[in-house]
Amino acid sequence: MLNSDELALIEQNPYKADFPLLANNPELVFLDSAATAQRPACVLDAQRKFYETMNANPLRGLYRLSVDATRSIAEARAHVARFIGAVDKQGTPQGNEIVFTRNASESLNLVAHSLGHLLLRPGDEVVISIMEHHSNLIPWQQICRETGAKLVFLRLDDDFRITPAEIKAKIGPRTKIVSVTQVSNVLGIENDIPAIAARAHAMGAKMVVDGAQSVPHIAVDVRELGCDLLAFSAHKMCGPMGIGVLWGKAELLDVMPPFLTGGEMIDSVSETNAVWAPVPQKFEAGTQDAAGSYALDAALSYLEEKDWNTLETRERLLVRYLTDQLAALDFIDIIGPTDGRRHLGSVAFNVGDVHPHDVASILDMQNICIRAGHHCAQPLLTELGVSSTSRASIAFYNDKTDIDRLVEGLKQVWQVFHGNR
Amino acid sequence: METVNLYNAAFMDHVAHPDYKYQMDDPTHTHEGINPSCGDDLIFSVKIGDDGVIEEAAYQGSGCAISQASADMMADLITDKTPQQAIELCRLFMDMVRGTETDPDKLALLEDAASLKDISHMPARVKCAELAWRTLEEMLEDRGN
Repeated sequence: MLNSDELALIEQNPYKADFPLLANNPELVFLDSAATAQRPACVLDAQRKFYETMNANPLRGLYRLSVDATRSIAEARAHVARFIGAVDKQGTPQGNEIVFTRNASESLNLVAHSLGHLLLRPGDEVVISIMEHHSNLIPWQQICRETGAKLVFLRLDDDFRITPAEIKAKIGPRTKIVSVTQVSNVLGIENDIPAIAARAHAMGAKMVVDGAQSVPHIAVDVRELGCDLLAFSAHKMCGPMGIGVLWGKAELLDVMPPFLTGGEMIDSVSETNAVWAPVPQKFEAGTQDAAGSYALDAALSYLEEKDWNTLETRERLLVRYLTDQLAALDFIDIIGPTDGRRHLGSVAFNVGDVHPHDVASILDMQNICIRAGHHCAQPLLTELGVSSTSRASIAFYNDKTDIDRLVEGLKQVWQVFHGNR
Repeated sequence: METVNLYNAAFMDHVAHPDYKYQMDDPTHTHEGINPSCGDDLIFSVKIGDDGVIEEAAYQGSGCAISQASADMMADLITDKTPQQAIELCRLFMDMVRGTETDPDKLALLEDAASLKDISHMPARVKCAELAWRTLEEMLEDRGN
């Protein structure tokens, strides 16, 4: 349980006022940030500022406005690189290792297609975990079908952990690619990526990480993780919808074939051939969302200004409080660890025998937003023996009142279904 | 609170004490409907008598309260109706939950099921409410084929 100092911290909320949607709807309890976060005014302003002051097609223009747009993308790349620890020995951000995509899903599709065609031959194996979001599952199903490779799953023990024995058993000499989520979008648990990456590399495989649920909540350092590629979305970390990131080691991106082709990603083109532009442009066909990357840059600045450690500490307290409060309700079954210290962002649960869609609808009538369903992770739910769950997820702009309102809302759900029986 | 509008006592009574949720002996028609994304699964059966009238309706399966209550209300409504009348009621119900039919006089034909009209403001739940009706309509239109 949280002590009085910790409770006092999450009772205060110095952040909500920065978020117009939350500030303008004081009755709204938004507990679905794992699906998409809210955005602070400074991010919305940045999007507008791009179009008002530097709007031109980046990369190809020879006039100053286009140069400004191009520079904004380069600055955003460098900022993202710094944010995830993609720096050289001198600490210089490696912006050329940052590929902008539409979202984490597109980043993972790019990797599966490009790395898959580069590395996979019949009989090879791709290892993922049973808890993957469909975005880190279906692209691998597809590329395995195309190349004749086999998809192998890391499974969880009874304590929701991928054990060292499981890692050793599943990742072996035939493994060419390992792709695992750092944090589960259902269970909220964090996987031991450095251990999985070490085994992958010992077997000569490449390590891909789905960071969609980790980068928004914890300081992620790609060198410490030991991965080769990392995918995440801006919209889950206060940035705009429609822009995502793929980070990759430069020497790997260099040898990976392009995914989408067309304008902006070539150096020269003849009737029958084309020479690719260097990375990252090689992976960015067509006009990019320059306003989006400019706004993502602003979102990262906002998070840094509020101090990343302060935000992470607050989120860990919020998710612990959420888990403790849910565990204290005898009609709630938490799907995942009941120790809030093991959760990042999300807690999945069921309200007795009440269907999660009814839970979400009755909460919605009380202005409380949660997610209900299979969370784009059907194989995980099948493995756990449930067809759907409810999920509450927090961000630093939530507070104790939000969670207390959820608890009251869930009591109301239980009352509707079981009050008079 | 708004919950009383939809999840009210009459609605919850259909969920907690359904009259038509059982395995029917000797149905003349049976059809399964599913909502894969929800996990709703419904098997609906009718017995059509020699006079061409639905003399018994029943369902089995699992799903959310809206899909279950809707099925129970529908089974009650279509008993003693002809298949053609039942198909017309199915279409009326689907028009109601999609918000394209709002005439209270017409909706009164749906009896208890008219209480689900607020579903038209809950787009994510339309397919839950429709499941039984869609299943019945498919079954009755396919009969004899």
